[in-house]
Amino acid sequence: MTEIANPRAPVDVKAGAGDSTEGMGYLETLPRRLVTTYLPLAIIVFVLLFPFYWMALTSVKPDAQLLDMDTVNPFWTPTPTLKHYYVLLFETEYPRWLWNTMYIAVGATILSLVSSVFAAYAIVRLRYRGAQWIGGAIFLAYLVPPSILFIPLSTVIYNYGLFDTTLALILVYPTILIPFATWLLMGYFKTIPFELEECALIDGASRWQILTKIVLPLAVPGLISAFIFCFTLCWNEFIYALTFISSSPSKTVPVAIVTAFTDGDVYRWGSIMAGALFGSLPLVILYAFFVEHYVAAMTGAVKE
Amino acid sequence: MSAVPSSTDPAAAVAARAGAGLSPSRWQRLTWNRNWLGFWFMVPAAAFLLLFLAYPLGLGVWLSFTETRIGRAGVFVGLENYVWLADDPVFWLSVFNTLLYTTVASVFKFAIGLYLALLLNRHLPFKAMIRAVVLIPFIVPTVLSAIAFWWIYDPQFSIVSWSLRELGLLETNIDFLGDPWNARWSVIFANIWRGVPFVAITLLAGLQTVSPSLYEAATIDGASRWQMFRFVTYPLLTPIIAVVMTFSVLFTFTDFQLIWVLTRGGPVNATHLMATLSYQRAILGGYLGEGSAIATAMIPFLLAAILISWFGLQRRKWQQGEAND
Repeated sequence: MTEIANPRAPVDVKAGAGDSTEGMGYLETLPRRLVTTYLPLAIIVFVLLFPFYWMALTSVKPDAQLLDMDTVNPFWTPTPTLKHYYVLLFETEYPRWLWNTMYIAVGATILSLVSSVFAAYAIVRLRYRGAQWIGGAIFLAYLVPPSILFIPLSTVIYNYGLFDTTLALILVYPTILIPFATWLLMGYFKTIPFELEECALIDGASRWQILTKIVLPLAVPGLISAFIFCFTLCWNEFIYALTFISSSPSKTVPVAIVTAFTDGDVYRWGSIMAGALFGSLPLVILYAFFVEHYVAAMTGAVKE
Repeated sequence: MSAVPSSTDPAAAVAARAGAGLSPSRWQRLTWNRNWLGFWFMVPAAAFLLLFLAYPLGLGVWLSFTETRIGRAGVFVGLENYVWLADDPVFWLSVFNTLLYTTVASVFKFAIGLYLALLLNRHLPFKAMIRAVVLIPFIVPTVLSAIAFWWIYDPQFSIVSWSLRELGLLETNIDFLGDPWNARWSVIFANIWRGVPFVAITLLAGLQTVSPSLYEAATIDGASRWQMFRFVTYPLLTPIIAVVMTFSVLFTFTDFQLIWVLTRGGPVNATHLMATLSYQRAILGGYLGEGSAIATAMIPFLLAAILISWFGLQRRKWQQGEAND
């Protein structure tokens, strides 16, 4: 059996290497594919995307149509309006919240990436005593959820005098980001050939020169992945922002939008939806440009 | 401190000089020795993690044994908070809700996610685009997509109720978030909606590493579709499933955002998870000690989830004969 199989082995490896081959897909007839593949896929994609369509539609509907579903078909609007966006951008503090979110996300991400690059390099390449254990501890830190930390952290933040400042969030978010980014970068650093560093050492380079001139340029895809993913995590974070920030000018978009657009018991749905859509836009644009990096970050963190 | 000389490390040079009677200066030791260098490199990350993660984690456990209130330092009261919680039906309701929420949502996320991954793994036109689109619910911040669900679940102007009424399937609107069980299923659905893309895309990455020749071989041996999945796909996918589902379970168990936006724990505490209950008691109610006790009570469940996946992974490694790196 093995003797017969062997000559074919290289071919098999090639077939397995890429997903450009059709596999056995050609055995299926079109009607069968329609029912087993396209139909379920269409249903799932529809359900996944409908809330966004509904969000976008609500944000451009005139108020009257939001609360009257009988005169005009609610799935479409013949008279779109940008009124809700106008209210959002010029009559509320929304630009300020957007700026806060951006500022916090960029600040926390940069702090985390710098710390993570050093930590990951030290764990993977300096291999100081106990590096294995530290690596494991960092992975465990990734599994500690914010939901069990926010109460003690609120007292810590209060004692440091950081309560109700954006600095508090910039300093706290790295606890979520560093474990993830370190773990991801460790994977990238491992793939860089050790020989390159040995050559540099022989040529008299210091560890700092090796890191900045050899390792980091080679790890750029990993850095981009880590940056995008960390940025998204910051933007998404809610419980710390809700707990540590109380005054309106320091709020982030997710926190502000839940509380801001209610006049007593009346919800201004148009503006709420406009705010939610506008708040997700930066992430979606970033994502559109770096899909592959994003997927790499997500799957890379899981595979390691 | 022991500088182990090795051919790839400058410590070797230092050690050689030390051997020749020239002891390295303190500065050299701090900048060349691998252990000291490792220490300096770890300082920034360690500072963040110790100050804002390890310390609060310990502090949280300590707070749960005190009767601290907001603005007032507490004294040690032993297990009083836990005894109080053990008699509190709302706490047990939140435990029940959390377990129900986690179990149902995780099972569905896994089933639908795996199914979607298998669909996306086929030869499709516009495959890359479909994959990118599928991931969007995961990119958009939870709070912002939860707001869309909030509006979809509106008691009067829900588009779902409207559609069902137009189709003649319903007479009155569904009270999505007003009725306890409706509210539970509604938040669970929103959680599944948000979690499926993550599971699907990570499992898809795992599926793409499975060689098609295995399926060809299975077909020649006369395997049915189900057998191919059960005996080829599933075993090869087990390690990645273990990791993905651990993360999924952890994040579902400790979920806060979705509930807070949709129901804030209502109606009559029917959707309170342990995380939302601890927020309500600690931050809104001011009883930091009691809130910490609820949060600390989550830790055993989290440990159980981590251990199960850890040992699941170890077993796979052993079966595949991989060296433990």
